Amino acid sequence: MAEYHLTTPLSDEDVSKLKAGDIVYLNSTIYTARDAAHKRLVDLIDNGKELPFDLQGSVIYFVGPTPPKPGEPIGSAGPTTSYRMDSYSPILISHGQKGMIGKGKRNEAVKEACKKYKAVYFGATGGAGALIAKAIKEAEVIAYPELGPEAIRKLKVEEFPVTVINDTYGNDLYEIGRAKYEVKE
Amino acid sequence: MREIAYEDLVKSVKAMVMHTASHLPEDALKAIEEAYNNEESEVAKSVLKQILDNAHLASSEDRPLCQDTGLAVYFVKVGEDVKVVGGSIRDAINQATEEAYKDGYLRASTCECFDRHNLKDEVGYNLPAVIHFDIVEGDKIEIEYAAKGGGSENVSRATVLAPAQGKEGIKNFVKQVISDAGPNPCPPIIVGVGIGGTFEVAAKSSKHALFREAGTPNENPVLDEFEKELKKELNNLGIGAMGMGGTQTVLAVHIEKNPCHIASLPVSVNVQCHSSRHSHITL
Ligand code: SF4
Repeated sequence: MAEYHLTTPLSDEDVSKLKAGDIVYLNSTIYTARDAAHKRLVDLIDNGKELPFDLQGSVIYFVGPTPPKPGEPIGSAGPTTSYRMDSYSPILISHGQKGMIGKGKRNEAVKEACKKYKAVYFGATGGAGALIAKAIKEAEVIAYPELGPEAIRKLKVEEFPVTVINDTYGNDLYEIGRAKYEVKE
Repeated sequence: MREIAYEDLVKSVKAMVMHTASHLPEDALKAIEEAYNNEESEVAKSVLKQILDNAHLASSEDRPLCQDTGLAVYFVKVGEDVKVVGGSIRDAINQATEEAYKDGYLRASTCECFDRHNLKDEVGYNLPAVIHFDIVEGDKIEIEYAAKGGGSENVSRATVLAPAQGKEGIKNFVKQVISDAGPNPCPPIIVGVGIGGTFEVAAKSSKHALFREAGTPNENPVLDEFEKELKKELNNLGIGAMGMGGTQTVLAVHIEKNPCHIASLPVSVNVQCHSSRHSHITL
C-alpha cells in the first residue's frame, strides 16, 4: 500500500499509478454531486449542452453536507453511498471525469469504465464527516442551489484523505481485502 | 397524578438530541477502540483511527459526527400515573426534534416517498420524528433516542422463516444480510436481531435491540451465547472497517426475542453503523 499526494485535475498518468488499497491525499479543486445533480449533468450531456464545470480530469465527491455553522465553509461532510450514482458515472467518465469519492460497492459498468477510460473510485471514511470537513478550506455552490444539500459545490481541499477502491486495472479493494481476511469454516 | 410541563419535556429532549449529534456515547467509543486494538489489517486500522479521531474532534468542537444526522427515532415509555400539561407528548417530541435539528445545524433528511422532495418546509425540519409509544406502570416518562442514518438502514432486512429452520436458519439469514451489505452500512457495525413475535414485532424488536449498550451481556444466557456465536461468525466474513477487509466488522450483536405463532418464525436484522448515536432520559 503506497501513499500519494495528488493535485487536481488528475491526468491519465496520475490515475494509472494508483492501485487498489493505496492511500491518496487530494489537493486543489473537487466538485460535489449526488443523484439529483448527476441526473442533471447527464441530461446536459445528452442534449449537447455545456456543463457547470469542466469534467476533464475532474474529481466528484458524493456528499450531502450538514448546513455550515456561521463563518465556516461547510458543515460535516462525509461520503454518501455510491451505488445511487452507478447509472450516471460511466457516462461522466467517458467524458473525461477521472475520480469519484464515495463509500460502498460500485457495479460492473462503473468498474469497466474505470478500466476503459482510466479513472479511479476512491473511498472516504463514512461517518468521519467532522474530520473530513477539516480538509475542506472553501466551498461555493456553483449550480442547482435549489437542491439544497444536493447542490453542486466547488470545494478547495487540502490533503483530503481517501483510499483507492477501484483502480484502472480492474482491481477492487472490497473484494481483495475481504478475501484476505475471510475465515472459511 | 404526577405532572410534567410541556416546555420542560421539549427542553430535555432538545438538549439530548443536540448533544447526541456530536457526542458518540461511551459504549460505542469503547467498542471501536477495542476493534482498533484487535484489528490485523493496516488499511482497516487506519480507517478505525480516522473514526476515533472524528469522534474526538466532533465532541471537542461540537460538530455533527456524520453529515447524515439521521431520522430521529424514539422509544417512549409513558407511566400510567404521569401527565404532560400544556400539550401532547408527541407534539413535544416533534417540536424538540425540529428545534434541535435547526439550532444544531443538523441536516433535515425526511422526504416524500415518490417525488423525494424534502419535507422540511411543509411538515417541519426533519419531521415527523419516528416515535414508538408504550404504556407502563409508574409515574415516569422514559425516552430512548437514536439518530438513525440511511446507509445502515438500507441494508436491513426482515423475513418469516419456517419453524423447522430454527436457530441454524436464523444464523444463515443474519449472515446473508451482513455479507450482502458488505461496505455499505459503514462497518464496524452493531447488528440488531429481532426474533419471533409477528412480522412487525420482529422488525421493531430488531430496532430496539440497537438501543442496548454495546458490550453489555444479554440477560438471557441462551441469547447471550447466540450473540457471541453470531459475532464470531460475522467477523469471519472478513469485511472489515468500511469494507476494506479486516477482522473487526461487528462491534456487537444484540438479540431480542418474543413468543411467536406456532406456524411461523419471524426474523429481522436492523443494522447500526459505527456512528451509533443514541441516548436516553427519564423524566
Ligand atoms: S451509515 Fe452511519 S456513519 Fe455511514 S454515512 Fe450513514 S449515518 Fe453516517
